[in-house]
Amino acid sequence: MCGGGACSARGYTDYVVSLLMIGPDKLDVERISAPLGDDAADGAVVTFLGLVRNHNAGRRVLYLEYEAYEPLALKSFERIAAEIHGRWPNARLALHHRIGRLEVGEASIAIVARSAHRADAYAACRYAIERVKQIAPIWKREFFDGGDMWIEGATADPDDELARAHAERAACA
Amino acid sequence: MRVTVRVFARLRDIVGAPEVVRDAAPGSTIGGVWRDLAAEFPELTNYERSISAAINAEYARMDRVIDDGDEVAFLPPVSGG
Repeated sequence: MCGGGACSARGYTDYVVSLLMIGPDKLDVERISAPLGDDAADGAVVTFLGLVRNHNAGRRVLYLEYEAYEPLALKSFERIAAEIHGRWPNARLALHHRIGRLEVGEASIAIVARSAHRADAYAACRYAIERVKQIAPIWKREFFDGGDMWIEGATADPDDELARAHAERAACA
Repeated sequence: MRVTVRVFARLRDIVGAPEVVRDAAPGSTIGGVWRDLAAEFPELTNYERSISAAINAEYARMDRVIDDGDEVAFLPPVSGG
């Protein structure tokens, strides 16, 4: 829990590989969350889907193209999962990011967090999306009415402690 | 020695290819590779303060010394999610 101490830890390395993925396939929440299991001790599942919206900064968005530096992006996901494991030991996480061309309304990212209590599941889910936006080497190119442009957000620096703390504050807000 | 340089998103558009192979003197740093590439493609200098770098698919600082055969990557500000 936010502000709480460590609870019983469970290893994340057992399941981390299939839970963290990047690929061109449509995101299917049931398939993505299946490896998390259905532990009877779980009392909460929080799912976040990031969608391609039809507008951005006053532009009418037609579609997006995502690209990733895949091996480093997967390592970034592993780092995020490890950070979550350290901060919310009771929460388990699945995180899939889609790449390639995505139409308006489609999901670009799916995050599923399970835990005994909702506070940890919400916090882990929110922390994961904030950290993806900070440190995952993934880019979106926006195709809009009248042109296209690469969207550039944060300079990725996994060791930036201020950014990490910002993500944690958002998770615990 | 030779290194493979990978570039992404807008940097790839500027360079005109997803990766290029370049010679580097022994003892060169990632920063040295970047400066050579920016001399070749001056538009890259706009990213001097905002890029991240990686070596062999691990984040690395610009003062990191490179070895023959390394894969160096330059990453513009990210926008996943």
